[in-house]
Amino acid sequence: MKPAPFRYVAPRTRAEALDALRRYGSDAKLLAGGQSLVPLLAMRLARPGIVIDLNRIGDLAYVRPARGGVAIGAMTRQRAAEDDPLIASRYPLMVAALRWVGHPQIRTRGTIGGSLAHADPAAELPAVAAVLGARFVLANARRERIVDAADFFTGYLTTALGPDEMLTEIRLPPPPERTGWAFTEVARRHGDFALVGAAVLLVGDGEGRCAEARLAFAGVGYGPVRVPEAERALAGERVTEALAAEVRRIVSRSVEPEGDIHATADYRRHVAGVLAARALIEAASRLEVRT
Amino acid sequence: MGTRYFGEPVRRREDPRLLTGRGTYVDDVRPPLLLHAAVLRSPHARARISRLDASRAAAAPGVALVLTHADLPPALREPLPRLIPHPALVHHKTQYALAPGQVRHVGEPVAFVVAESRYQAEDALDLIDVAYEPLPAVTDLEDAVRPGAPLVHDDMGTNVCAEYTQRVGDPDAAFAAAPHVFRERLRMDRGAASPIETRGVVALWDAQTRELVVYDSTQAPIRIRNYLAALLGLPQNHVRVIAPDVGGGFGPKIMMCYPEELLVPHAAMRLGRPVKWIEDRRENFVSMNQEREQIHDAEIAVDADGRILAVRTRFLYDSGAYIPYGIIVPIVASTQLVGPYRIPNYECTFKAVFTNKVIVSPYRGAGRPHGCFVMERLMDRVARELGLDRAEVRRRNLIQPHEFPYDTGLIFQDNAPLIYDSGNYPALFARALELIDYEGWPAAQAAARREGRALGLGLALYVEGTGIGPYEGCRVTVEPSGKVYAATSVGTQGQGHFTSFAQIVADALGVDVADVTVTTGDSGAFGWGTGTFASRAAVVAGNAVALAARAVRDKALLVAARLLEARPEDIELAGGRAFVRGAPARSVALGEVAVAANPLRGTIPAEWEGPGLEASRYFAPPRGTFAAGCHAAVVEVDRETGALRVLRYVVVHDCGPIINPLILTGQIEGGVAQGIGNAFYEQIVYDPDGQVLTQTFMDYLLPTASEVPPVEIAHIETPSPLNPLGVKGAGEAGVIPVPATIASAIDDALGTRITQMPLSHQRLLELARRAPVGAAAGGAA
Ligand SMILES: Cc1cc2nc3c(=O)[nH]c(=O)nc-3n(C[C@H](O)[C@H](O)[C@H](O)COP(=O)(O)OP(=O)(O)OC[C@H]3O[C@@H](n4cnc5c(N)ncnc54)[C@H](O)[C@@H]3O)c2cc1C
Repeated sequence: MKPAPFRYVAPRTRAEALDALRRYGSDAKLLAGGQSLVPLLAMRLARPGIVIDLNRIGDLAYVRPARGGVAIGAMTRQRAAEDDPLIASRYPLMVAALRWVGHPQIRTRGTIGGSLAHADPAAELPAVAAVLGARFVLANARRERIVDAADFFTGYLTTALGPDEMLTEIRLPPPPERTGWAFTEVARRHGDFALVGAAVLLVGDGEGRCAEARLAFAGVGYGPVRVPEAERALAGERVTEALAAEVRRIVSRSVEPEGDIHATADYRRHVAGVLAARALIEAASRLEVRT
Repeated sequence: MGTRYFGEPVRRREDPRLLTGRGTYVDDVRPPLLLHAAVLRSPHARARISRLDASRAAAAPGVALVLTHADLPPALREPLPRLIPHPALVHHKTQYALAPGQVRHVGEPVAFVVAESRYQAEDALDLIDVAYEPLPAVTDLEDAVRPGAPLVHDDMGTNVCAEYTQRVGDPDAAFAAAPHVFRERLRMDRGAASPIETRGVVALWDAQTRELVVYDSTQAPIRIRNYLAALLGLPQNHVRVIAPDVGGGFGPKIMMCYPEELLVPHAAMRLGRPVKWIEDRRENFVSMNQEREQIHDAEIAVDADGRILAVRTRFLYDSGAYIPYGIIVPIVASTQLVGPYRIPNYECTFKAVFTNKVIVSPYRGAGRPHGCFVMERLMDRVARELGLDRAEVRRRNLIQPHEFPYDTGLIFQDNAPLIYDSGNYPALFARALELIDYEGWPAAQAAARREGRALGLGLALYVEGTGIGPYEGCRVTVEPSGKVYAATSVGTQGQGHFTSFAQIVADALGVDVADVTVTTGDSGAFGWGTGTFASRAAVVAGNAVALAARAVRDKALLVAARLLEARPEDIELAGGRAFVRGAPARSVALGEVAVAANPLRGTIPAEWEGPGLEASRYFAPPRGTFAAGCHAAVVEVDRETGALRVLRYVVVHDCGPIINPLILTGQIEGGVAQGIGNAFYEQIVYDPDGQVLTQTFMDYLLPTASEVPPVEIAHIETPSPLNPLGVKGAGEAGVIPVPATIASAIDDALGTRITQMPLSHQRLLELARRAPVGAAAGGAA
């Protein structure tokens, strides 16, 4: 478990990093927290010619207010995001989900950008990004472009990132007023990648009904899986046991997971429905009613 | 003799060193000029090697040596040693140091590269040109015994390498006449011991003195030394094997020998430079021995009151591709199955079967978890079928305290009669029921059910054969400083021997435990021994330590008597001094006694039997001593996701007089954690082609602190009559009944009938979805 030979650069600035990416392109790998990349290197499953270490770049780790929402630098440690007061006040769903990511040790190294760029199908953050409507800032040496969550995750462990591009920032739009939220998951052990995870965001109408519902699942497809039919069924409705059961059926019917040694496709389909219903009930209990 | 330390929770004296990173594990041994080795392993479960050309690797940067089978000296080209032969083991196949022309499991060593760094060694592996012709493989245990199955070893004509039956009474007649017979097909799947420190070897060869020093993360340094001397053509006196701090063994580190244990010293001798090989985690999953896979067809015959008339099991034992360690595991499984119960008629038959998988040898429990699982599943089944209370059925069948010694009629793994020496099973069972509040359980369960929660209580009892021979030894020395040194060659892999053995010595010699230094696992310090396995070190080495310390004490009394002009009977040892009983002012420091025992001039009396305060003693038990215990657990199952939570876990344990309760607690807690792994998390998964799908800790799931509940432990102490300290082993106890206990608890929660371990979220969900809602397994009546 020793990596194959590779070259190593540790740029000090974003520009230097992008310049290195421009030069080496697909022969290069960016190193963020290393929690996914380093094992791949050690097992020689990844054999980049050069590793570009982002850890010395000062201005890639931040959480700051941006037009009513927040902007999160790609190198922000997952643990820092979890502890961030701004994120806690505006996106408690993200904090709740982060607690399911590995263990504190992992999150202290692992980054927000690394998790999203790595795009593990069972990772929690992509589902959170999906329901929060996150936008991804992708930069190369010449330009920046902005991609929606729906367009960022393009396949199994693949994203819209080009070989010369770096994810620099994640932008979360202002949270709607009166939201109810929940994140829940089933993993084989605490801290494992999800067998199935469910993120729910309900936008309340002030009367206890959902004006809008967003559901996204981890572990049941290559990226975060939205279930539009369930979201439609919820729109304008009050969440009741019966409606939750209906959503459960829709979700189990709609998702198309794959099986692996940890759980079959059937298991995941079933549990996606179960978790959808549970998360819905929990999210609805947080919906504020106008007084 | 004062017993100040025996029984006290003396803190582990090794911990400050280990916890502050000052331990010496094999990888911490870094001699100058060290070279590093890497192993090329078969990617196929079964294949013929049609071409093997290492010339490019040999020419690669930094490479010092490349070895294939053809490059080895004759002694290393032979199959590796056959350990523990048995008349029933007719095909005692062992692997080779490097595969000669055919490989039989993924991970089997094919070539060995030594280079200036491990990186370069691994780079060179990529350059070895091997052509494999894949052959059909068999990985499924049941498939392997079907006619026409691919053969793991062509020359055998079958995959069954041993078939063995033991019979007590007349089971056929008992089954034929019994009013009730219940059958179960019970299965346990493969697991891995996963010590935190993988295997590793460093070898240093001194060409001038022709002496070989080997650091080896092994449980059996003496036996490794003996094989190394024989296979490398060296006198035993010129080979020193040191098992330094060992980061866990759990059984698979007692193999003599793994290929690397020979290849590393051989390479060091060939190159005249020290060589290191550290098994990495991926290698560990395909090259360290594994265990657990068995399939039992078991049946029980009972009368109308649930009294056992007969038990029978016929089972398949997966041995992997070779069977170097012999048939110890299935013998243990089949003989320990009977547990604490009176079973007048019993029959066990097993077939040991080759498959194209990693070799199997004992792993903590070593067949006992299987036996216990089978027996306890049968007991739950009887209770349910007869509508009896689970605890009552067990109680009716327990061997009673007055029945000891109790001869089971079986022959144990040490080839000695399996006779339970002492115990009090009703007492420990009653204690466990009390701790788990068995009386209050029906109400507690019903209350939880009203909240929609599925809770279950599980129970399991076991008997554990421990402390088998042949022997261990110890040398105890009092130095002129008054400090005491004890050397025994059993290895230590976390059992706390540095503390528990020191306690025994300190008590015998009346010194502070901090003044006793214990050396274990170094053939240079003590040259005779067997190893740390089968829950035997505290019993066999512990008693050798006691005997040696007592011999030194006797000698100290003689010498001190002379110095103090008193009779030896009147001398006492305490506080590091010898003094005359009743006249503490007449005293002399123990160190001075040691000096007097080794005078510069004059004579030493014949009854001193030599100079110094030193003695070596051996302890050779006639047969094993039998510990026992009961586990009880409360679990909660999420019916909709198959998630399992262990809410309470109770252990009542009897290993005789306890040397150190703190260490014992650690042993039990660790065992329970591994048992929980065996029950719900840990499974080595092979695909039909023999590829291992679990080669990282992301896929092979060890339970963590989040999954393992606090363990509530209570003890009862029935001494063994078979050894001076009266102790019994405790190393494997924690793990044995956990799968049985968890299965029993889940059945109680869901009304299921668990027949397979490990479970998982998915399996539990499947079971829950099939189970009738609201059903329970006959709990407390
Ligand atoms: C024991 C353990 C348990 C874990 N459990 C979970 C879990 O439950 N849920 C979960 O979601 N994750 C889990 N992880 C993964 C963890 O969250 C990783 O941190 C994350 O997947 C990758 O983030 P990283 O910063 O470590 O990235 P790295 O490992 O450094 O990089 C991962 C990949 O992303 C690329 N990359 C990184 N940053 C950028 C960027 N800014 N722009 C473009 N590409 C980039 C890298 O080139 C690489 O290909 C676990 C990891 C471990 C070791």
